[in-house]
Amino acid sequence: MTPRLGRRLFGAAMTGATYGAAALAILALGAILAMLVARGAGSLDWNFFTKSSVPLGENGGGFAHAIVGTLLIVGLACAIGVPIGVGGGIFLAEFGGGGLGWLVRFVADTLNGIPSIVIGIFAWTWIVRPAGKFTAFAGGVALACILAPIVARTTEEMVRLVPNSLREAALALGYQRWRTSLQVVVRTASAGIVTGCLVAMARVAGETAPLLFTALGNQFFSTDLFGAMAALPLQIYVYAVGPYDEWHRQAWAGALVLILLVLLLGTFARLVTRARRHA
Amino acid sequence: MLAVTPEPLARAPAVTLPAPRVAPADETPARQPEPRLAAQGLTAWYGADAGVRDVTLAFRSNTVTALIGPSGCGKSTLLRALNRMHELVPGTRVAGRVLLDGHDLYAPGVNPIQVRRSIGMVFQKPTPFPTMSIAENVAAGLRVGPRLSRGEREAIVERALKRAALWDEVRDRLHHSALALSGGQQQRLCVARTIAPEPEVILLDEPTASLDPSASARIEDLVHELKREFTVVIVTHNMQQAARISDVTAFFYLGELVEAGPTARIFTAPTKAQTEAYVTGRFG
Repeated sequence: MTPRLGRRLFGAAMTGATYGAAALAILALGAILAMLVARGAGSLDWNFFTKSSVPLGENGGGFAHAIVGTLLIVGLACAIGVPIGVGGGIFLAEFGGGGLGWLVRFVADTLNGIPSIVIGIFAWTWIVRPAGKFTAFAGGVALACILAPIVARTTEEMVRLVPNSLREAALALGYQRWRTSLQVVVRTASAGIVTGCLVAMARVAGETAPLLFTALGNQFFSTDLFGAMAALPLQIYVYAVGPYDEWHRQAWAGALVLILLVLLLGTFARLVTRARRHA
Repeated sequence: MLAVTPEPLARAPAVTLPAPRVAPADETPARQPEPRLAAQGLTAWYGADAGVRDVTLAFRSNTVTALIGPSGCGKSTLLRALNRMHELVPGTRVAGRVLLDGHDLYAPGVNPIQVRRSIGMVFQKPTPFPTMSIAENVAAGLRVGPRLSRGEREAIVERALKRAALWDEVRDRLHHSALALSGGQQQRLCVARTIAPEPEVILLDEPTASLDPSASARIEDLVHELKREFTVVIVTHNMQQAARISDVTAFFYLGELVEAGPTARIFTAPTKAQTEAYVTGRFG
């Protein structure tokens, strides 16, 4: 009886521990969200989404320029980084057995580990300084450098999950290697690849350091990719360290919008995976 | 290993032969159908190991040839060498010839992709493409052939599904996912996908190994139908199945062809002791 009881207690304790760990993880997110809602939700109004910054001394104004800036810069980062990342991931999974595969994997893992501020300095050195001005384009490239290796590694994992029997079935039908990879293997892995891209997007949407050296930030509404541009993290940073209560309120609201954007991307990623599973 | 242990004298045969559905193949060459596919001195290596050694064997048209033998005897390797699938595994090599209507498939300049379009293959586990509907699965092999109109493609899909005895079960859900089908239906779908581009030869690699008995029986019926139009080669672990559906049986052991001949003779009067030991269930 004693060993059985002991085993039951041990099992219960371990189960409890996993519940506790899960609760802690949710608690952290819940606490952040609760604080952001408490401090920021009050400042979320129509003006916040439609107006840009106003000169000091005036009341009102909003984050429209920063929201649009983030969407543009992240969109540019995806336009550059997703094709490179997905292509690299497919290469790694399907043809990356040799020395070149090892090299690409090593580079991707190293890039993944580089602090984002270093990537910002890199983009400043190679794009901002030669061009002589801060540009949203440089910000997009910097974020793409963070996004591409994440997308490459998740794409590789997702493509590797496709059973080899499907590859063989396609090849036995007289499919060429490239056609097998694109029309059967990548199509089968596509939901996982899309999920990986969305998660990577959510990750770079919150990056601040690389943008400090590249997009710089801008108090005015701008859609010019070859000029300085505002972004949510930059605007939050500037307003949060500024001396005015009005700025602080708007920084809280901006942080809430940013985290909601990230949550939205994450939810979307989950939905894509789930839709695939029920297909 | 051939463990020849003394056996009781009176022993019921492990294989009960069903009544042949067709007249047993005559062994005189004049009355045999033309060999469609032939392996000549075929050796297939995995690295330094020869999975198949110096096999010479002809496969006649409108005939089901069964390849039997214990696990690891090289029957699947031979099958994969026939349609040049073997070489897709890194470190493999093939020597010898495979003739399809007299043309060597391993001759320089022969495109293995073309070879695989004329020699179709069905695998042990059903492999429907998960992102494609039932109709798209059947039409998958047509994509790499000449361009077809929508009507032509639909007609080929319907005909292939009918020939694979699946049409009545899926006609109302052609555009649904193939994953919703049962295992046996999926395997018949794979047969339909294989025959849709009209290959010359169909290779089946233990096609019923993952199926329950009734689904297996349907596949066996299907194999019997397929030989009207195709040259069929089937690898099987199941000797009763080989006896039921094949006209010619080839027995392999340790990578070598031990004996080949009309199925009825291989199971009743094999000439080699190893064959007899295997078909009577003494090893393997």
